[in-house]
Amino acid sequence: MHELPITESILNIVLKHAKANNVNKVLSVSLKIGELSDLVNEWVQRYFDYLSKDTIAEGARLNIERTPVVVQCKECDHSFQVNIKKNGKPRCPECGGDEVTLVSGREFYINSIEVI
Amino acid sequence: MGEIKLIEVKEEILSDNKNFADDLRKILYKNKVFMLNLMASPGGGKTSLILHTIRRLKGEFKIGVIEGDIDSMVDSEKVIKEGIPAVQLRTGGFCHLDAPMVNEALKEMDLEELDLVIIENVGNLVCPAEFDTGAVKNAMILSVPEGDDKPLKYPLMFTVCDVLVVNKIDFLGYTEFDMVAMKERAHRLNPEIKILEVSCKTGDGIEAWARWLKEEIDAIGRQ
Repeated sequence: MHELPITESILNIVLKHAKANNVNKVLSVSLKIGELSDLVNEWVQRYFDYLSKDTIAEGARLNIERTPVVVQCKECDHSFQVNIKKNGKPRCPECGGDEVTLVSGREFYINSIEVI
Repeated sequence: MGEIKLIEVKEEILSDNKNFADDLRKILYKNKVFMLNLMASPGGGKTSLILHTIRRLKGEFKIGVIEGDIDSMVDSEKVIKEGIPAVQLRTGGFCHLDAPMVNEALKEMDLEELDLVIIENVGNLVCPAEFDTGAVKNAMILSVPEGDDKPLKYPLMFTVCDVLVVNKIDFLGYTEFDMVAMKERAHRLNPEIKILEVSCKTGDGIEAWARWLKEEIDAIGRQ
């Protein structure tokens, strides 16, 4: 559902950078998207294929790297990965503290594009 | 054919919307208006909570409501009956509101006259979480019949919200809903989230919700 406007946004940014660099064709787009996002990779690619027709990004492959959810312990500053599908409060493996802040997992950006 | 090159982009996908939302927030702060983005599943109780809020706070504050719906006017009609200005945004199929859409609604309102604007986002726990509306705070409703596993299924929504309102607590005795487990799951995703238990049917907990809103409105007013 919301993959469509998001994909439109991705395409616009890709085309902007491609034009600024005078490229002939975009081969691939590398994206970083956090595990917390509900985006479905396959749908983003499908919408991208549809929207990018007749542009220099037509046929480009989207490489989506899903970044894990990492939190930092407020007690001892230790950072650790969390499985969000599990129950219970995340507990710091170093000091046992359960007060944490989110460090990563909400990434939502275009890292780079491969072009000729 | 030239050589294959790698161009560093490092750009947020939704940066346009985010920048628009940041500008909207500045306008709200300038006018001392607290705007709340209220999100929930269809049937979670968004409209009921808004109606309770209006009845509690309309004597003290000037309130406006933005109703986001795919295609109907029923919610805004209920709000207008309470004597409160409401702007209906029909998204025409879109599953969420974004900052430019909210801006269109705000143009219909007199911000200098208002203290509180509540956005009733489109009923959906997925898409609205991804788009900053320009609101000062985000709140979501999870109603008891939906089940205590929702933080596991819709993690992003729980991380972007400042407040989680657990509605329909009058149903607790009739379901398997495990409040302790749900709270742990929510806190796992968002340790800072404030959780309030309410029933829009019996009115339980509405006082605490109204108190939280009042504190937020007062905080903006003092700035």
